[in-house]
Amino acid sequence: MSKHTLSVLVENKPGVLARISALFSRRGFNIDSLAVGPTEHPDVSRMTVVVDVEDLPLEQVTKQLNKLVEVLKVVELDRDSSVQRQIVLVKVRADANTRSQVTEIVQLFRGKVVDVTPEALSVEVTGNADKIHDLLALLEPYGVKELVQSGIVALGRGTRSITDRALRSAG
Amino acid sequence: MAHKAQPQSKNTTEVTGAQSLILSLEAVGADTVFGLPGGAILPAYDPLLDSTKVRHILVRHEQGAGHAAEGYAAATGKVGVCMATSGPGATNLVTPIADAYMDSVPMVAITGQVSSRAIGTDAFQEADIRGITMPITKHNYLVTKADDIPRVIAEAFHIAATGRPGPVLVDISKDALQAKSTFAWPPKFNLPGYHPVIKPHAKQIREAARLIKAAQRPVLYVGGGIIRAHAAQELAQFVEATGIPVVTTLMARGAFPDSHELHLGMPGMHGSVAAVTGLQKADLLITLGARFDDRVTGELKSFAPEAKVIHADIDPAEISKNRVADVPIVGDAKAIIVDLLAAVTEGEYAVDPASYAAWRERALGWKATFPVGYNAPTSEALMPQYVIERLGAISGPESVYVPGVGQHQMWAAQFIRYERPNSFANSGGLGTMGYSVPAAMGAKVAEPDRVVWAIDGDGCFQMTNQELATCVINNIPIKVAVINNSSLGMVRQWQTLFYNERYSATDLHTSVGSRIPDFVKLADAYGCVGLRCESPEDVDATIRKAMEINDVPVVIDFVVERDAMVWPMVAAGVSNDLIQIAKDTAPQWDREESEALEQDLDADHDGIPTGSHGA
Repeated sequence: MSKHTLSVLVENKPGVLARISALFSRRGFNIDSLAVGPTEHPDVSRMTVVVDVEDLPLEQVTKQLNKLVEVLKVVELDRDSSVQRQIVLVKVRADANTRSQVTEIVQLFRGKVVDVTPEALSVEVTGNADKIHDLLALLEPYGVKELVQSGIVALGRGTRSITDRALRSAG
Repeated sequence: MAHKAQPQSKNTTEVTGAQSLILSLEAVGADTVFGLPGGAILPAYDPLLDSTKVRHILVRHEQGAGHAAEGYAAATGKVGVCMATSGPGATNLVTPIADAYMDSVPMVAITGQVSSRAIGTDAFQEADIRGITMPITKHNYLVTKADDIPRVIAEAFHIAATGRPGPVLVDISKDALQAKSTFAWPPKFNLPGYHPVIKPHAKQIREAARLIKAAQRPVLYVGGGIIRAHAAQELAQFVEATGIPVVTTLMARGAFPDSHELHLGMPGMHGSVAAVTGLQKADLLITLGARFDDRVTGELKSFAPEAKVIHADIDPAEISKNRVADVPIVGDAKAIIVDLLAAVTEGEYAVDPASYAAWRERALGWKATFPVGYNAPTSEALMPQYVIERLGAISGPESVYVPGVGQHQMWAAQFIRYERPNSFANSGGLGTMGYSVPAAMGAKVAEPDRVVWAIDGDGCFQMTNQELATCVINNIPIKVAVINNSSLGMVRQWQTLFYNERYSATDLHTSVGSRIPDFVKLADAYGCVGLRCESPEDVDATIRKAMEINDVPVVIDFVVERDAMVWPMVAAGVSNDLIQIAKDTAPQWDREESEALEQDLDADHDGIPTGSHGA
């Protein structure tokens, strides 16, 4: 299996997320990560879906997504030619003895400490999946009390915009 | 094939949402609605009473309304319409909606929903029918504003009928139906993400023509898409020009005349030897509007092992879904065949039909040697195949035949000769028992001048025969042939073949030992004419008698041999090379063919036939 990042532009209407997640489940595709939000156009939302499939099933995923009436455009974003980010918030055990070590790790990853108590630090880090994975491996020994991650969001590099092109062809 | 929105009035008129709905149905050209009212849809039924353009037919169960809409659509190609109330009314439509989705039937289902303020509160008769039908509709809507009704109805009909046809559900809340609104037609579509591809790509057409020219053993593998695209005439022209043999899938029966010499029959689990073997031996499949269904391919990896594949479909997601296509063509079947015909009749890839002469001879040899047939155990036994064969012969190709699901469906596909598209309507993909009577009713409403036969099983018939009341009251004189073997026959056949003749839960007691119910009395109770036929010599006379009755529905109880089985058969999950023409009987090939077959069967040269590993 290999991971593929799809950017899916959809009409901003109620029920679209349910339609897309139902499609994945019905066709037996696994979603690794999913992020949804508005775009620069109020009528258009953008989903970033990371799926774990081989090439041929990926073609099916894309075609089935395109069949949904409310889907405007599906683009696969190649890892090398796109920026991919996710955010992680993590609450780490840290007392007076370990606090400075933990903050040092967080700084190495250009993260921020967003909350402090005598027993714990809450940390915010943004990055790609590899960076987050490495960070968590280093924090693990101190004791991760709570962890929440966003889905991956991704943007193609360069000047071209998939939203512009999608809206042009849709118009 | 799209319903064109007829511009009626640019002026806006003051209406309720319910009136707006009926005006929209009129404007979009819907002439018939099959439905059953209830609380949430009640407002819509009031203006419906006054409509002179929309005929409402009150069914006895919403499933009947859904299948009737399907039958209406299958017989004509027009969008079928059904209507139901919220909650249980809507959920009763789920089966026909799923059926229409599998078989690409253009259908619009309109359901009432509880008031928008009550949605989500588990109100009386509330069900999230939009959520429930998401995976089985082409698209669906929840409308809570009266002003949206004309646009949504127009879009729903457009989506249902264009591209790959399918069911669209429109769920309308009661307060939207009651609210004041305005009506103007035509509304403006808001479908930025819906662009079905109609015109095929010229490069793909050229590439397909190149493969056709290079092929020595091509077969046209034709599916229901030809019928949906109204492309039967173009297909016939293509066959005349190229001399390439044709197989028509269950969904494509009638897309190409059975009387044509080059028609090899139906492929698949119960296909003819010629059609199944034709595909297995082909070096090129020209696939038009078909989808490599498991019932056609058998074990996928050994299906048509030597063939390159041209796959033409209006739905890009069908292409390379099951079998990877060498040449994919996305577009409307009619447009594709027209372009393809031009490409193989002139220019670089002009085809000489003589170049396939040896292949044609071989394929026609299979057709002549292994016709689809049956044996009667005794001369007195009433064989179901004989009944269906005589029915087709007497009623003729202008009739419409609508089977249920099971053995009788396969026999209806095998033993009736179809000569025109839309003369056969069945539940192919979903395999819905109970389809026959209501779908035949819908077909008869759409085509009142044609004879419409429901060919039903004793099991299927008991699922939806309540619609006989609808037929009698609304003067819809269908004819029903119940092929009564007192069993769930197809399941029984599998029990005979694969479960050691242990008949678990397949005896229906409808003729052997008892008649529960007595179908003749049942017909009589509904005000139909009931006839019974129990011996071969009475078959013709009984069918002719039914043909003479045109004022009320006729039900014939054909009491048939219960051990009759559907042959040929490819057992589930095995290679199509292992087709049997009767129990434990493979076709006896002539020497040359059988050597070729053995080589094919043992493609991996390990001494064990491919497909029997681990069996």
